[in-house]
Amino acid sequence: MTKVKSLDDLRKMRDQLRSAISLREKSEHPGELVQVKVAMATCGIASGAKEVMEFMTANLEKRNIEAIVTQTGCMGYCYAEPTIEVRLPGQDSVVYGFVDLKKADEIIEKYIKQGELVDGIIPVNYETIDKKTGGI
Amino acid sequence: MKEIALHILDIVQNSISAGATLVHIGIMENLKDDSLTVSINDNGQGMDKETASKVSDPFFTSRTTRKVGLGIPLLKHSAEQAGGKVTLISEPGRGTTITAVFRHSHIDRPPVGDTPGVVSLIAGANPHIDFTYRHSAGEDVYVFDSREIKEVLEDISIGEPRIISYMKEMIAENLNGFFLAGKE
Repeated sequence: MTKVKSLDDLRKMRDQLRSAISLREKSEHPGELVQVKVAMATCGIASGAKEVMEFMTANLEKRNIEAIVTQTGCMGYCYAEPTIEVRLPGQDSVVYGFVDLKKADEIIEKYIKQGELVDGIIPVNYETIDKKTGGI
Repeated sequence: MKEIALHILDIVQNSISAGATLVHIGIMENLKDDSLTVSINDNGQGMDKETASKVSDPFFTSRTTRKVGLGIPLLKHSAEQAGGKVTLISEPGRGTTITAVFRHSHIDRPPVGDTPGVVSLIAGANPHIDFTYRHSAGEDVYVFDSREIKEVLEDISIGEPRIISYMKEMIAENLNGFFLAGKE
């Protein structure tokens, strides 16, 4: 069998990351990270949330944006999956719906980098019919 | 779900919500008896008999954001469509094991899919939970254990993007050589 990635390679990567992280922590705004939460319940996964999450994780890193990408459950917007919640430092979070890779790219380039809202926001005051009528 | 891997990604969320600290994911390909078995075992809070009997009911869910729960019903549908079945064993305080069997050669069996991506994603996204992933096909076995990764990483988080993509590549490379599923 050809040589596969081993734990030794991982050790090297750890040391590189350690110095990168200490640089990051010494930078001017420690702790101020962009937070991205990808809704990953059945509805999200079936609509492609995994690809969106992989894209966000890989591309925020590539584009040098300090961010944490995590998964979250269903927010009740199953019709609009995949949905992601983006929180820029010091701001209220914004939920985007129908996020494909093209939309994800747009969100990074316009919203995360420049703070410019893009189409596809799900209003946070959105109420489901259930809530209004007190349940079926 | 298009792939078995996506079912795993989905079902593992149940283990996470159940407060599991260790989740074992297994895929066993057995060509002799023409089966592909997927199992997810956790040490979460488990369920009593009554709850366990309701999980394959699409209109049962423990969550409050919506009124349906389709994770297990979809897996069940997928397995039954491919000549198999889903079984669930759970005990309060001990944990839950869900097993889905598919007929390996069945035309409706979904492809195994991107398990390296799924396993690295859930391990990275849940740094406080440990995951193992054991994939066997006949004689060939590969075992991934997030505890090994964490031991090497020391103070560095398993959720670092570069670590996640590293784990994905590592699992993929290990599976590639000999697994039937990798050739799908």
